[in-house]
Formats: sequence, structure tokens, C-alpha cells
Amino acid sequence: MKVRLLDIAHARSGDKGDTANVGVIALRDDWYPILDRYVTRERVAEHFARVITGSVERFELPNLFALNFLLHGALGGGGTITLRTDAQAKVYSSALLRLVIDVPDDEARAAGLPEHRA
Amino acid sequence: MSRIVRIAAGQGFWGDWLEAPRRQVEGGPIDYLMLDYLAEVTMSILQKQMQRDPMAGYARDFIVQMEGVLPAVLERGVRVTANAGGVNPLGCADALLAMARGTKNHERLRVGVVTGDDLLPHLDSLIASGHALAHMETGEPLASVRDRVLSANAYIGSRPIVEALERGANVVVTGRCTDTALILAPLMHELKWPTNDWDRLASGIVAGHIVECGAQSTGGNCAYDWRSIPNLENIGFPIVEVAEDGSFVVTKHPGTGGRVDVHGVTEQLVYEMGDPHEYITPDVIADFTTIRIAPDGADRVRVFGVRGAPPTDKLKISIAYRAGFKAVGTLVYAWPDALAKAQEADRIIRARLASLGLEFELIHTEYVGATATHGPLAAIPEELPEVQLRIGVRGSDRRAVERFTREIAPLVLTGPPGVTGYAGGRPKVEEVVAYWPALVDKSVVTPRVSMLTT
Repeated sequence: MKVRLLDIAHARSGDKGDTANVGVIALRDDWYPILDRYVTRERVAEHFARVITGSVERFELPNLFALNFLLHGALGGGGTITLRTDAQAKVYSSALLRLVIDVPDDEARAAGLPEHRA
Repeated sequence: MSRIVRIAAGQGFWGDWLEAPRRQVEGGPIDYLMLDYLAEVTMSILQKQMQRDPMAGYARDFIVQMEGVLPAVLERGVRVTANAGGVNPLGCADALLAMARGTKNHERLRVGVVTGDDLLPHLDSLIASGHALAHMETGEPLASVRDRVLSANAYIGSRPIVEALERGANVVVTGRCTDTALILAPLMHELKWPTNDWDRLASGIVAGHIVECGAQSTGGNCAYDWRSIPNLENIGFPIVEVAEDGSFVVTKHPGTGGRVDVHGVTEQLVYEMGDPHEYITPDVIADFTTIRIAPDGADRVRVFGVRGAPPTDKLKISIAYRAGFKAVGTLVYAWPDALAKAQEADRIIRARLASLGLEFELIHTEYVGATATHGPLAAIPEELPEVQLRIGVRGSDRRAVERFTREIAPLVLTGPPGVTGYAGGRPKVEEVVAYWPALVDKSVVTPRVSMLTT
């Protein structure tokens, strides 16, 4: 089943130098294992491949039902010198929530995940 | 009954809601008011202001805001911690005292000023004695940009603020300190936390992290079910009620707008987060993976269980240096073919800049309304009613950037049709100030506390 991150998580993002951080939080506590299993570092790196120039790091915060991603080379050199509208990575959060993941049907149904129909 | 300290945050950055400090003081009982004015880029702006006027260099909003809350500070014993001093904490304190002299009870005002974060006068001796002050991301030594440095400030921790409070300050003005120290210091002072009680210090840091961005923890900029967040026009700023054991409740004054719930506080916890196992401050390293969080009634969230570890022997310093000039211009193109027209205008501007022989480090174009912020992740609808062409340049030659600013308006009569939105006039040339984070040994930074009265 296709599941869009926007429908199962919320997020906030910020900047540090040329790196964006995106914290992604499960909308329901029992959906955190879905995030943990399918919103992998590789999947997120692939999602942002044409947007950032550096690597992606992932950290788990199971206590907050959240993942933290660091997107390196995300701001055209950093908030103070960039010419971009989103100089401080404020809307990288919703850019990540566009991600559509594949979850096996039975697992998705058991968790009550909303299906994404493009 | 165990002791609770109530700290209200009244400012999340320089330029935040002017009304907030007064509303925090008048809206209900608080022990401390914390005001954060300094972002990465702020120190360099203040440094430039002080070069023009030696009396400037601090956040002037602070003086205006203190005028509104000073009676409460002096009568009810509310104490204030603020990093409003910027690059001129003593000048800030002087302005505060000058403002206070006309007010009732002014003889009760005791201003503690923390200095010593400014490393600009010591940069050359630091470099000469072997401190490379290498860029934390690139590893490049500071020597490569030394002649362009505007400001250099260490992020000082809570100790000197605690000292000022112990010496009786009811207003503490600092320069560059960690935002979280403005919260941790009052807690250490009031609750007598030992300086090696890593878990409680880490809890104070987490409290500081949650409230340092003002209303971003009470419903502002909150993605979780944002439509249902009530009464944002009257948003309450955050208050932490901290117990002796370090656990605390995040809340806001009754009757204010916004929302304090687990979802919103969690969003703020992950904001500007690096490795959550190691949130490094000069006072303690907090482990954000140990935080426990639970609802505690209407507009109340309880945070507990935070673990900490001893800090490193380094301080982070923030250095700002001149890095050329930039300007950004915009034009709006309307239906039909809005995007195609904006793209053609971009091509024309670039061709004219090239034929003038102007060179830039970067020419950057965005089409606002046609996925300027999400890039290739978003699809562009066919029939856009309008698109804003936003074109910017950056380079070391100020004259080239100036010339660029003259190349936008001519498109109105010399480019594709359907163009408008140029009434703002010619773009402004701005100096680019770049940010250089580095580490330095704690031993080379000596914070000082001065006590001043009217």
C-alpha cells in the first residue's frame, strides 16, 4: 500500500550552517514503528537527491515517537549567504512529508494506515 | 510542598512580538522573564551598527519592552534574564538605567552585566598561540578569512548569570550566551542545583530549548492540526514551572490563545536538533532520547526523566565575516503562460548581464508559485494564475551587484508581456555576512560580571 508521510506524521525543520534538520513525528504513537521501518536514511536521501548536495543522517527518538534527519548541503551555502527564499530551511519539513512509502498491505491494514491514491 | 520556579519566555528572536514581555508579566504570576534576542546572524548586524555608532550594538527593542515591565520587575520581584546586550552589553545596561531613572522605585534596580564573550580583540593572539579556530564543518583555519572578520563571540554558559543573580541582580543583561543558559541559570540559582548534577542541569537545558523560540511551543508555527489551534491573534507565550527534581510543566497564561499539547511541544523539541544523544552546551550535555513527555491537563505538558553528562572543555564561538554583496529582484507574470514568460525574462536578464561583462559567484533564480521552495519534489500545475520571478546575485564586486539592480525594471517595457508587481522599486544591495562556527578552549574565555545601579 502507498502511504504518504503527510497522512501519518507531522514535522518541523530548522537550520544549522548549510545543514537542514527535519524532525518527523508520528501522528499516532503506534505508527512510530512504521516510520522507523520505512522512512529509512536511504529512502530520505533518495527523496532529496535532486534537492541537496550532501549526505543524510538519521537519528531515532523512540521516546518522542520521532525521527530526526540531518540534510547536509541543503541551503545553498547556509542561511546567512544563501539567495534562496527558504534561507532557514523552514519548509523542508513539508518537503519531507511529500514522501510516499510502500508498506505491505497486511501491515498497513493492521496499523490502520490511510492509503495514498495519487 | 516542594518549590516551583516559574519562568516565562517573552521573546524568541530580535523582531518577535513587541507585546509579549508585557503580556507575560501582567498575565499571571511568574518569577522570571527570559528574553532571547540573538540568532546566528544577529551579532554581526549589531557589530556593524556599533561601528557606525559606538553607543549602539545591542537589541534596542529590549529597552522599549523593559519600559513596559519595569514597574512589575521592581514592585513584584520578577527578575529578568536577557541576551539583549549583543556586542555591547554595557551600552545596553547604560540605556536601561537611563530609561529607568524616571520611573518609580528605580533605586531598587540592580543590573548585572555579563561580558567576556567578545573575542574580537583577542583573535590575533589566539591564532598566534596556536588556536586555529577551524570552521566546524569544513575544517578550514580562520586565517583564510581573518581580515574580513566582523565579530567573534563565545557562547557562554550559565555560570556568570548565576553569579549575577547571587549578587542580587534583578535584571541580567548578557552578550552572546547560549539561549538555554538564560533559563538554566535562574533554576540553578533558585533551586540550588549543584554544577555537577548533570541530570537536573540537562532538564533545565531541555526546558530552555522548549521555550527559547517563544510561541513556537505554544501553537505558533505548529504543523499538528494547525487549523484547530485557537485564537492565535492572542497567543500566549510559554511558561515553564520547574520543580526541584528538574521535572517541569510547559504551560501559558490562562485566557490566552494558542495551544500547549504533547504534539506541539514535541515539534519544538526536534527543532534545530542535531544528534539527539548529545545536545552540547557549556554547562552539560543533554540526552534528548531520555526525555519523557506526557499531558498534564488543559494547555499543560509535563516533561521529566531527562539525563545528562559532563560537558566538554570547549566553547563554541560564532564568528561573522564579510563575504561580498547580494541583491534580489522580483517581477510578477500573469496568466496566460505565466511560468514561460517568467522563464523567458530570466533568460533575458542573464543574457544582458553577460553582455555587460558582469561576473558573479552565483545567479540564483526561483519561480515563486511554481515550486520555489520544494524544487523538483512538487508538480507544477498547468494553468498558473501568476508566477513571481525572483532572481538574485551574489559576488565580491559591489559595482556589479549595483548594476544588476538596474536590470530588473527594464523588463517591464523590454520583455515578455503580462508583467506587473514591480512597484517596490529597485532591489537593495546588501552586504553578505557569512557565519563561521568554531571551537575554542574554555580556559581562554573569561566571563565577567559587573553590577550597576541608577
